[in-house]
Amino acid sequence: MKLMLKIWRQEGPGKKGALVAYPMDDVSPDMSFLELLDTLNEQLIGKGEVPVAFDHDCREGICGSCGFMISGEAHGPAKLTTTCQLFMRHFKDGDTIIAEPFRSRAFPIIKDLVVDRSSLDKIVQAGGFISARTGSSPDANAMLIPKNKADRAMDAAACIGCGACVAACPNGSAMLFTAAKISHLGLLPQGQPERHQRALRMVNKMDELGFGACSNHGECEAVCPKGITIDFIARMNRDYMRASTTETMEPVKRV
Amino acid sequence: MELNAKIPSGPLEKKWEKHQFDMKLVNPANKRKYKVIVVGSGLAGGAAAATLGQLGYEVNCFCYQDSARRAHSIAAQGGINAAKNYQNDNDSIFRLFYDTIKGGDFRSREANVYRLAEVSSAVIDQCVALGVPFGREYSGYLANRSFGGAQVSRTFYARGQTGQQLLLGAYSALSLQVALGQVKMFPRHEMLELVVTDGRARGIVVRNMVTGEVTSHTADAVVLATGGYGNTYYLSTNAKGCNATAIWRAHRKGALFANPCFTQIHPTCIPVAGEHQSKLTLMSESLRNDGRIWVPKKADDQRNPRDIPEGDRDYYLERKYPSYGNLAPRDISSRAAKQVCDEGRGVGPGGRGVYLDFVEAIGRLGESVIRERYGNLFEMYEQITGENPYKQPMRIYPAMHYVMGGLWVDYNLMSNVEGLYVIGEANFSDHGANRLGASALMQGLADGYFILPCTINDYLARISPANRLKTDDAAFKQAEQDVQQRTTRLLSAKGTRTVDSFHRELGDLMWNNCGMGRNEKGLKEALAKIPPLREEFWRNVRVPGSAGDFNQSLEKAGRVADFMELAELLVYDALQRDESCGAHFREEHQTPDGEAARDDERFSFVSAWEFKGVGQTPVLHKEPLVFESLHPTQRSYK
Ligand SMILES: Cc1cc2nc3c(=O)[nH]c(=O)nc-3n(C[C@H](O)[C@H](O)[C@H](O)COP(=O)(O)OP(=O)(O)OC[C@H]3O[C@@H](n4cnc5c(N)ncnc54)[C@H](O)[C@@H]3O)c2cc1C
Ligand code: FES
Repeated sequence: MKLMLKIWRQEGPGKKGALVAYPMDDVSPDMSFLELLDTLNEQLIGKGEVPVAFDHDCREGICGSCGFMISGEAHGPAKLTTTCQLFMRHFKDGDTIIAEPFRSRAFPIIKDLVVDRSSLDKIVQAGGFISARTGSSPDANAMLIPKNKADRAMDAAACIGCGACVAACPNGSAMLFTAAKISHLGLLPQGQPERHQRALRMVNKMDELGFGACSNHGECEAVCPKGITIDFIARMNRDYMRASTTETMEPVKRV
Repeated sequence: MELNAKIPSGPLEKKWEKHQFDMKLVNPANKRKYKVIVVGSGLAGGAAAATLGQLGYEVNCFCYQDSARRAHSIAAQGGINAAKNYQNDNDSIFRLFYDTIKGGDFRSREANVYRLAEVSSAVIDQCVALGVPFGREYSGYLANRSFGGAQVSRTFYARGQTGQQLLLGAYSALSLQVALGQVKMFPRHEMLELVVTDGRARGIVVRNMVTGEVTSHTADAVVLATGGYGNTYYLSTNAKGCNATAIWRAHRKGALFANPCFTQIHPTCIPVAGEHQSKLTLMSESLRNDGRIWVPKKADDQRNPRDIPEGDRDYYLERKYPSYGNLAPRDISSRAAKQVCDEGRGVGPGGRGVYLDFVEAIGRLGESVIRERYGNLFEMYEQITGENPYKQPMRIYPAMHYVMGGLWVDYNLMSNVEGLYVIGEANFSDHGANRLGASALMQGLADGYFILPCTINDYLARISPANRLKTDDAAFKQAEQDVQQRTTRLLSAKGTRTVDSFHRELGDLMWNNCGMGRNEKGLKEALAKIPPLREEFWRNVRVPGSAGDFNQSLEKAGRVADFMELAELLVYDALQRDESCGAHFREEHQTPDGEAARDDERFSFVSAWEFKGVGQTPVLHKEPLVFESLHPTQRSYK
């Protein structure tokens, strides 16, 4: 196949960027999108140019490192698929493909297609945990968890933290990401003692970090490579409402 | 050099308890005065950093990804073992211990493995407490599956994403410690040097991968949890960034490297699709329960597999191993696939693949049953290859997967360099010459949650934080300079070949000459080819960009430079170990039916190598393996 790639090139944070066109011949349909970029980069290095920077690691759709906008869609046209698992057979000979970084106020650009997603870590640090000290846990079977509850928690826990939901949202909201974590832990009996504080801390932190609000566009769900659904956002909102009426937020501290 | 494994005295089942009591402790009020560096945030490093933080130590944790949650442990699929005996199927600590030693073909230390089996149960408890959503039965109790190399069901799992869920558990515990200020995280920081003075680890030098800044970090102890070196082979199931740099730099500073040639190849991976191939994807071994493996009888048979009649097919595993058939052990299945492909009977691009065919199972059980059992794997296969495995047989081929070798550690998980601890896949400790499925996750978490946080007290209690070096100490300045010089050398070679082209060439050489089957001729050939390749690399590599920049080519170049050195040691070790054991298969040493023929008389020891300079012959130190509780036998799964 022959393709026209247009890639956002930006030397560094705060620098001016632009789309640069790279015609690609000889594209194999069995290549992944990232392998196409590898091929381009080998050619660029050969010509003495600087290769395109992009984040990636596992290339199996699980680590959440990869991801950018492909012709306007986070992770590209295939449903339930990360960029690393997107294969070129989804495109047609002669297509023009535009690759741009995830754009969001909370994700500053580092270089080319690489953005800084550390704000997602900060949301988890605000309360996305169960404070169980190593060694203090009872026997794993001491606590029974109904299979449907455990399965539902797993549905939420499948989030890979790639940030596609934020990039796809017109408001740049991190609601789906945050809701997935709050629901994963809030559905489990172990997560109950900190459930209200968790909701308050994580939601407030999300607002503080400059993520937008949710206005029910559902774009996040549509691009999520792991199929996390927006029901979890409704669940989070309920938890947050209940928490706001019964408790005030406390800082995380040692006992 | 005297290698002392520091195995506690007393009966096997009392050693750990006794040792815990005998070790020195640091008073709770004094803990905050000590600083520990943890390099790595995977299961081993993440669990260790979180737990050390809970204990009150000041912890700095480093990883090369943009978040601790993305460490390669995230990719583990199948499950994690523990001797819970929840299934009432005769499991016990002793049985897990026995299976692990036997699975490792009697090349691991009894005391370490027993302890691993002992703490395995607490690992599961801890994971559940942290909210890991393990698979459950309708009753609400935890569910188990069975895995290779065991006759009991002791594997806990979270769908096909066990590693992800375990890592997210450790990451959440780590996040709490970050919020409390006990742990400081340094993502996108790569360790490029270990600083050692007076035989003691003093700290590390890292490069900020965003700004290029090179900085020193001092500590009272350094823990390496940096994973395995499977990417020496270029194509592997490991993540692209997995590297040996941290352990290799430590090796160069005096840490012994143990059993480097013990590398594991997984039989069922999606084969290479073409020149562009950048990594290989695992297909769960469970597929072999219902799939039948075959190749055409004739070489170069280009017919569509569905047009090849039964009589022209060779179901070679069923033919050669009638009792185990398609479920022959990992190493045997891998070698058999290579053999038929070497005979020119492989299928798919490049002739490097064999069929895994479900047509018979679909006929017998119906498509819906197969869909229920393997639906997600079939989808993944189709996503990658574009072929529908309900209609066409899958094509699979073995791939480099895991390394049993790593830095040598004693019972305390401390290397021979004082104050340098090595945990998880980065050390050599528990799996001997072959690891059983679902045991790497168990080991990483056991090391990180329970063993290291115990043993490190004993060391810290003997040293004073007042003697910690300052970052302006000459040793750190020297190490920073070394890092900068290396970087300058890589950038200024300005040759004609890319880093990837060198890595591919090294990988091909390793795969062909030191892969599934190894022999003296091939190993000697590799030993002759690696040094000139390394020399060409330094002379002719082209690394674009600058040092003070986000520069992924530079990162790769540094890693490949280290793989080039490690590869030579790996092959050297494979040549020296003139026996077959576990995954190390020397073709000269096999039983009449093609099994690995061990030589306990000559090789019942751990090979611990000392670095003597690039291109210099390394020095071998032997740690004899003493079996007190088990008697080494010929490994047989018949
Ligand atoms: C596809 C796949 C499936 C698997 N499935 C299973 C399974 O089902 N069951 C099982 O038991 N095992 C499985 N394994 C093996 C298991 O996943 C690994 O052995 C284990 O997770 C390794 O954990 P770790 O903590 O030692 O290292 P890793 O998780 O690899 O973590 C390494 C850490 O070190 C950091 N690091 C590395 N180098 C540097 C450096 N130079 N500077 C700074 N930081 C650095 C990384 O950033 C990372 O944080 C599987 C492996 C693969 C590849
Ligand atoms: S590279 Fe890991 S999810 Fe794409």
